[in-house]
Amino acid sequence: MIRVRGLNKWFGDHHVLHDVDLDVARGEVVVVIGPSGSGKSTLCRCLNRLEAADSGEVLVDGVPVPAEGRALARLRADVGMVFQNFNLFQHKTVLENVMLAPMKVRGVSRAEAERTAHELLARVGIAEQAGKQPARLSGGQQQRAAIARALAMRPKVMLFDEPTSALDPEMVGEVLDVMTGLAADGMTMVVVTHEMGFARRAADRVVFMDGGRIVETGEPNAFFDSPRTDRARDFLAKVLTH
Amino acid sequence: MSALLDHLPEFWQGLVVTLQMTAASFAGAAVVGLVIVAMRVGPVPVLRAVATVYVETLQNLPLLVLLVLAVFGLPEIGLKAGLTTTAIVVIALYEGAYIAEALRSGVNAISAGQGEAARALGLTFGQSLRHVVLPQALRTVVQPIGNIFIALTMNTSLAAAVGVVELTAAANRVNLLEAQPIPIFVGAGLAYAAIAACAGFVTGRLERRLAVAR
Ligand SMILES: Nc1ncnc2c1ncn2[C@@H]1O[C@H](COP(=O)(O)OP(=O)(O)O)[C@@H](O)[C@H]1O
Ligand SMILES: [Mg+2]
Repeated sequence: MIRVRGLNKWFGDHHVLHDVDLDVARGEVVVVIGPSGSGKSTLCRCLNRLEAADSGEVLVDGVPVPAEGRALARLRADVGMVFQNFNLFQHKTVLENVMLAPMKVRGVSRAEAERTAHELLARVGIAEQAGKQPARLSGGQQQRAAIARALAMRPKVMLFDEPTSALDPEMVGEVLDVMTGLAADGMTMVVVTHEMGFARRAADRVVFMDGGRIVETGEPNAFFDSPRTDRARDFLAKVLTH
Repeated sequence: MSALLDHLPEFWQGLVVTLQMTAASFAGAAVVGLVIVAMRVGPVPVLRAVATVYVETLQNLPLLVLLVLAVFGLPEIGLKAGLTTTAIVVIALYEGAYIAEALRSGVNAISAGQGEAARALGLTFGQSLRHVVLPQALRTVVQPIGNIFIALTMNTSLAAAVGVVELTAAANRVNLLEAQPIPIFVGAGLAYAAIAACAGFVTGRLERRLAVAR
């Protein structure tokens, strides 16, 4: 579903991604972990070209991600993204947030967009918040609304960039539950997270990044119980003792 | 006082021209401002450069110079239009640069995440500007745009210098007959102040109505 080959990215003379290769199969859930600044977000953002790589290629469903314009917009319509800070449209209600892209990008009628939006809001457990402005919702509710907004495009893949990092601890669970449900329904997912419990429970594969490289990748139980590299062992020792 | 009352029809005619010029050139300036700001925050480097040069140039020239240049220069190169029309177009192009700058500060006040979220959903750059970024940017710049509207109203009086008989020119003509500058120009000034007061009232209302919870 996603195929990344030889991806390199510099910010100025800071080499942020080094020859990254990654494959994500249809229906697979890949969790990306690693220390802060290791390039996880940048990798995630290169997948739908919110960030343009300097070299290498990204293919989604066999198609190279277009450089710009309408072709790029069409590709992005098939790749859902959930941000750390939710980024709900502040001037629209929750329902309108979910309806906007299907109507403007897919040309879905208002009535159908509204029906789908209500279904999705119910699915993520915030049906009764539909008419509110995003700022009136709790962080956990906002993130679930953002997931519903992405799902409304019926994406082939969902990208999550630290979806629970901006949340109060008591709200992390409700968002992870929605994501676990999605994974169980067979959604292809790339998830950057520090939630190791979620990684163990929902991931098919864990990818460990450090210094802009993929250092280790493996099946979650094997990775967490017996990491092969020192860097992964150090990282896990730090995060798991907290 | 009688100098004013005796010439009400002339004043009225001048006021109508001022209002027409204000409405038409503000509408034009809004369109120009939207186009320029779209170019200026857009992804195409050439368009960004053109828009920047446009704004910098127009903000650094006196409007009167532009008006004189257009009224006397355009016929030289074979472009003929009515005086009032020429003045409206020049004022629209000029104030459009200011509107573009006000809108740009509004766009900059909106977090980059809003546009990214829109584009990540598959909206094109234009769609994300139109449906997500500009509606929020506009709400933050109602007051500055109201101020531009007021400045534009006052600036229409410069058209008197190139022969458009709007409110200031009308007052001037009456004064040539009556030689009572104080009541005549105070009267004209009050009419401008009334327009500005209306604009201030409307922007105040708009600002409250459009406030977004954050
Ligand atoms: N827009 C940017 N401009 C400059 N440097 C950036 C930018 N975004 C990220 N970086 C740098 O790139 C590196 C990787 O960042 P990021 O991908 O956000 O890491 P992570 O998500 O793993 O914490 C960091 O050193 C960060 O400072
Ligand atoms: Mg990050």
